[in-house]
Parts: sequence; C-alpha cells; structure tokens
Amino acid sequence: MKKFPDSRIPDIASCSLPNHLSVTIVPMKKLSILFTLVVSFTLPVRAADFSEQLAKLNSVGPEGKGNTEAAAAWNEITAGPAATILPILTAMDGASPLAMNWMRSAAEAILEKEKKSGNDLPTAELQAFLLNRENDPQARFLAYDFLAGSNTNETAALVPGMIDDPSPPLRRVAVAGLIAQGRSELATPETAAATLQTALDAARDVDQIDEIAKLLREDLEKSVDLPTQFGFLMRWHLIGPFDNTDREGFDRVYPPEEKVDLAAAHEGKDGKEVRWETYATSDDYGMVDFNTPFSPLKQVTGYAYTEFQSAGEQQVELRLGCKNAWKIWLNGEFLFGRDEYHRGIRIDQYILPVTLKPGRNTLLVKACQNEQEQDWTVQWEFQLRVCDDTGAAVLSTDRQPTPEPEEKARRRTAE
Amino acid sequence: MRSIIFCLTILALTSLSHADWLNFRGPQGSGYAKEIENLPQSLNEESIAWKVALPGRGLSSPVIVGDKLFVTAASGPDQKQLHILCFDRNSGDPIWERRFWATGRTMAHKKTNVAAPTPASDGERIYALYSSNDLICVDLDGNLIWMRGLTLDYPNASNSLGMASSPLIAGDTLVAQIENDSESFAAGFDLLTGENKWKMDRPKAANWTSPTILNLDGEEIVALQSSKGVVGVVPATGSTLFEFGKGASTIPSSVASGNRLYVPANGLTVLDVTGDGSEPTEVWNESTQRPGTASPLVIGETVYLLNNAGVLTASNTDSGERLWRTRLNGPFSGSPVAGSDPFLYIFNEAGIGQVVDLSGAEGAIVSELELGETILSTPSLSDGAIYVRSDNSLWALSNP
Repeated sequence: MKKFPDSRIPDIASCSLPNHLSVTIVPMKKLSILFTLVVSFTLPVRAADFSEQLAKLNSVGPEGKGNTEAAAAWNEITAGPAATILPILTAMDGASPLAMNWMRSAAEAILEKEKKSGNDLPTAELQAFLLNRENDPQARFLAYDFLAGSNTNETAALVPGMIDDPSPPLRRVAVAGLIAQGRSELATPETAAATLQTALDAARDVDQIDEIAKLLREDLEKSVDLPTQFGFLMRWHLIGPFDNTDREGFDRVYPPEEKVDLAAAHEGKDGKEVRWETYATSDDYGMVDFNTPFSPLKQVTGYAYTEFQSAGEQQVELRLGCKNAWKIWLNGEFLFGRDEYHRGIRIDQYILPVTLKPGRNTLLVKACQNEQEQDWTVQWEFQLRVCDDTGAAVLSTDRQPTPEPEEKARRRTAE
Repeated sequence: MRSIIFCLTILALTSLSHADWLNFRGPQGSGYAKEIENLPQSLNEESIAWKVALPGRGLSSPVIVGDKLFVTAASGPDQKQLHILCFDRNSGDPIWERRFWATGRTMAHKKTNVAAPTPASDGERIYALYSSNDLICVDLDGNLIWMRGLTLDYPNASNSLGMASSPLIAGDTLVAQIENDSESFAAGFDLLTGENKWKMDRPKAANWTSPTILNLDGEEIVALQSSKGVVGVVPATGSTLFEFGKGASTIPSSVASGNRLYVPANGLTVLDVTGDGSEPTEVWNESTQRPGTASPLVIGETVYLLNNAGVLTASNTDSGERLWRTRLNGPFSGSPVAGSDPFLYIFNEAGIGQVVDLSGAEGAIVSELELGETILSTPSLSDGAIYVRSDNSLWALSNP
C-alpha cells in the first residue's frame, strides 16, 4: 500500500492526469504474469488540484471534529469533473473510516453528476487504479464498482484474476464466480472439487467459506478442516466457576487476571476450590463451551487461557464471538471488554487489531454468565480466531491438528 | 446574533409543508397527521401508483419533504454498505443516492437489519441513523453536511440484536437514543455540525423505542422511554424536566397528544405532564391494554392500541374505557398511521396493507391489499399517498 510520508494526502498535481501514464500491474497469481502496461489516453477535462480539500476530508475526527470544514471542501470537490474521481480514490490510502466515507460519497456524487450530464468516465485510469494492488483495497473496489456500472463485459473479464486479490471485496467477486462454476460442475465431482477447493483457499468471507464447505462436504463428500481454515483457537485451559451474582463478576478481579498459574488452585464461587483444566473443542467454529466441563451454571464467571506461537512480530486481528459478557487480555494487557448478555453471537462479532510479538503470546478470555433462565440464555461460551485484516487465518507455529469429535470437551485436571 | 438565529428558525419553519412526513411516525412521532388529506379510503391493485426496487434491506420508513422522498437501506455482506436514497415522490423516479461504509457493528437479529431507524428531517436536511451507529447528515440534494461514527467515539455502544431507535428533531437539536446493555446514552446533536450539544448516560439495557415530542405551552420537550420509565428532557440542553420511574416497554414507543403522554408501561399508562418540573400525574392505567410491537396512536379523544395478537383496541383518552376492539390481519411489526380522514393504515408482516374505517361505532377493515413481500416497517403519509417499503421495494399507494 502506498504511503505518503509527509501527509496522507498525495500531491494531486504530481499524480494527476498526465497525457501518458505508466501503470504497473501487480501479478495475478493464477496467471503468473508480470508485465507493464502503458496506457495512452487523453482526459476530456483536467481535474483541478483538490489536495487542500482532500486534506480537509482527511482531517475529520472524533465527535464531529472537522465536519464543517469537510463539508465545505466536499462541495468544492464534487463540483469537479469526472477526472477528479481518481485523486479522490488515491487519497483514500491510509484514510480513517470516517474520511473514507467523505471521500467515497464525493466520488460517487461526481460519478452521478457526470453520468447525468452524459460525460464519459475516465475508464482507462479507473481500470489502471483497480489493477494496481498497491492502492487502497476499498478504493480499488469502488473503482471496480464504477467500471462495472459502465462497461460490464470488460470489467467482468478482470474478475477471474482477482481470486488472490488483497482487496477482500474484489476477491469475494472472484470467489463467487468460482462457487458458481463449482456448482455447475457437480456432475463431474473431481472437477467440481478442484474448483471449489480453489475457491475455499481463496475465500475470506464467512458466508462464502460456509457455502463452499457445505458443497464439498455434502455434495462431494470431501473433508474440510474449517477450524484451520478460519484460524480458530481450539485448545485451551479453563477455570471456573467464580461468582457473577448480580453481574458483579464482570468488574471483579479474580486471580487469573492477576497471574495465570496453571498449577494453582483458587477459591471459586461459594468457597469451592477451582483448578485449571485442559479443554479441546472440535467444533467447526471453535466454540469454547464452559458449560461442558462445568455443567450448565448461572451467575458464574470463567476464564480460558491459551498460548499462540507467532512466527515473528506481526499485525493480526483477534476476532471474537460471544453472547456473554467478556474481557480479553493479550500478553497480560487488557484489550477490550463488553458487558452485554445473550443478544446474539456470530463469527467475527468483535474485531480487535493487535500486534503479536515473536514467539510465545498469551491470551486470556473472561466469560461471565448472568441470571437469565430462558432456554436461549443457557450458553456460556465464546469463539476466538486469529487472522489478518482480510480474514485469512494466521496459525500458531505449533498449531496441533484439529481435535477429533471424540476429543471434544475432553476434561482433565491440569498437571 | 439572536435575531439572526430567530429569523433563520422562522425561515426553516416556514419552509416546512404540512404535507411533509419528517420522521418516524410523522408529526411529533405520533403517527397522526391531521393536515394530510386525500388518502385512499380503500386499497386495491389500482392503488399502486408506483413501485421501485431498493438496493438493500431496511425497516426504516420513508421521509417526505416537498416532492422528495428519502429512504435508507443497508446492503452487502453483513449489511456493511449503507444507503440514503432520494426519489421523486410523485413518480418514483430516482433522484440521487449516497452510499457509505458502516463504521460500527452491523450484527443484527435476522428479522431486523442495519437500516432499522427512520431518518429525521428539518425540511432542509436529512439525518440518517443506522444500527451501526453511523449518523449521517445530507442536504436535500445529497450534499454531505456531516457524519458521525458513534461506535468509533463510544466503542461499547452497540446491541448485538440490532439498534432501531429513530432520531427526532426538536427545536434546533437532533435527539437520538443509543441505548443498549453496555455503553448506553442519549445525545443531542447540533443540526449543522453534528457535534454533541449534550450527552447523558441512560439505563444499561437494550432499548428499541424512539423519542417522542411533548408540546408543553409551546415548548417542545422530548420524552425518552426505557425499561426504567420515561424522562422528559429539554432538547437544547438535555436537562431533565420530569421523570416517570415505574418502568416502560422497550419496543413500542410512547405517543404524545398535547400535554398528555401515552406510555406503553404496565399495559398502557397515561400521564399528564406539566412544564414546571413537577412529576407527571398518572391519569389512568390499563394493564389489559398492552401494545405489542406497534406503538399507540391517538386521534382526538381515542387511543388505538394493537396487541401482539393483532387485536386493535380503541379506548377513551380521558378514562381508558374500552370503546371497541376488532381483530386485524396480523402479525405486525410496523405501527399504524392516520391522516385527516377517519381511516387507519397498517401493513402486516406478510405485506398485506389494511385500511380500517374508524368512523363507525366500531372499527372495521374496509379493504386489504396484498403486496407480496415481507413488510416490517411503518408506512409514511403525504397528501394523497401512502408510502411503504419492504426489504426489496418501495411503494406509493394513492387514489387511482
């Protein structure tokens, strides 16, 4: 991804609208081709230098900061011609989520205006922007979206090459194509299996992974290791129950929060001694179920501990799903907590960007169960996976095979 | 400066048309617009003036300003793409669309969705709130005025079942309830900048009700309902003017008529509110008159309630005496609305629009129109037309 050392905003004058543009096309893995495409074009109208206005969009901050200045800049930018769309997309690199939206809406307002006026889009530049994988992933998808709305066939021809694209939404389009192809090949199982395995390897979105796994398993009788595909953490140490009467356990600091000693015994709820126990789940979605070792309980708190061996220092995302109140610590540092009970759970419900250190990293999860008695409040569980910001699994270097179903919820007192 | 603000306010007020429908359930969030006329008194296939496809899901109602109609939607994987769409309300022709990426959590129960709250308008701008806590202001031509990512600012403000409370404009303040089990608050936002004018902690409990406006001797007071009850706040400052602490529903919203507030609490509880800071007086309570998902509707001296069995009950506003009841074709997720003529309009979850004649001794369904799509939203009204949306479509229904 391109970076602008002095400012997140590129110098529009230096990057805008040459009469001849040299664009490097990042290699498409499947095609294994590296080439440079020289695109010649003439823009109908040159864009003005909107770098100051784009800087205003990029300056919006918390609690409404910068909105007034951004609105004035937005009006000036959107008065620009179609050629202004490219500098806007370029400025998205490194922009905040709010600034991205200011820029997106500006680009789309220009697009809408120019279409109504019957003006041509800068399709060659948009295509070059789309194909340059160093550009912002979401901005590239917008370029794709704009192109798909005007030259459908030409844009569709680019889709198969996006199967390994770093932009998740672009990759999603390509994976959708492979899923459709795999479905059409089901009469020839091995061909379909190969197509769908390629799709599975490329897929990053949960719904697509689920759809592919279902086809492979149910239609083609192939095995799919979903926990590894997603990067769920399957082997843990659990301890509990501690008290959570009146939901007070969420804020109470129990011994595991101060120090994790897997050999230690602690005083749990009602004065009973509790110890760490090893636990492995074979659930497709890595569900860690406190009720399995501890039996269904109410108004209790449990902790889960595991370790993750990182190949090096790396940025990853911890993606957690939990319908109980929860807290999480990485290497002893508190990351986030949430005191919501039984409003729902899904994969990637909470996304926490973190930096793993090389080697051993520790993870501690606290999960609190409340007092509700309805049948939909029995669950006392969570799921946690480690992945990159596209959703691709990042696996511990010492990851063990996914537990077999008979290993599920194996209970054993820790050594 | 004060005179300039006064003139601007007068200008803004005079730009509003009586036929506009500016927020969830129209005027003051009541569902009743006595100035809106010429609505169809029966619905059939010929009532469909136009139908347009929507790019995404939504429970939000259309907002109408002049000849423009605005509606929100959410689309894409995990509903992370937010839409504000503007249509010509007479023809259904699209005028403009703005799209945004959600900056907050988009998880929601499958029955609801990210575009659940209805936008609000002051006649000059549209204020669109989503379950992701993205709050976006555009003018009537689609120019972006400001945007807030409230989950970016307040990271634990979310509800895994989905948020649904619709914002409301009172005076020169946009009031929104961002209430949930964790970081729960209500806030007043500056209409022009989106900055907080005030922010107050609210009960830590999921809450899908919307604020309501009480008009007390010409002063607008916003009633905020929650599981704890109702508080009345001064919209410009957020200061509390009154409090009713006996608990209330977290799904159907209160409705105001004059200085009286009809609260879905222990069935229905009716409060007289004064503007002097004293506690509200309980006029009557009827525990058997329990609103379901739909909010109550008050027309003149009658309050209409729709329970979860689809039974519509009419009661006297002063005494609570039940006047009649009739079973409609439910179930319902949306609320009933009415214009100047004695007809009530509501759509059930199966997409069947129903017109209830309120003029007789007892209410009666006089016509039904099956639109063929799931409808979980509340219709909006403007002179001569009813507007309703499903996840896929937006309809205008009028006299042929």
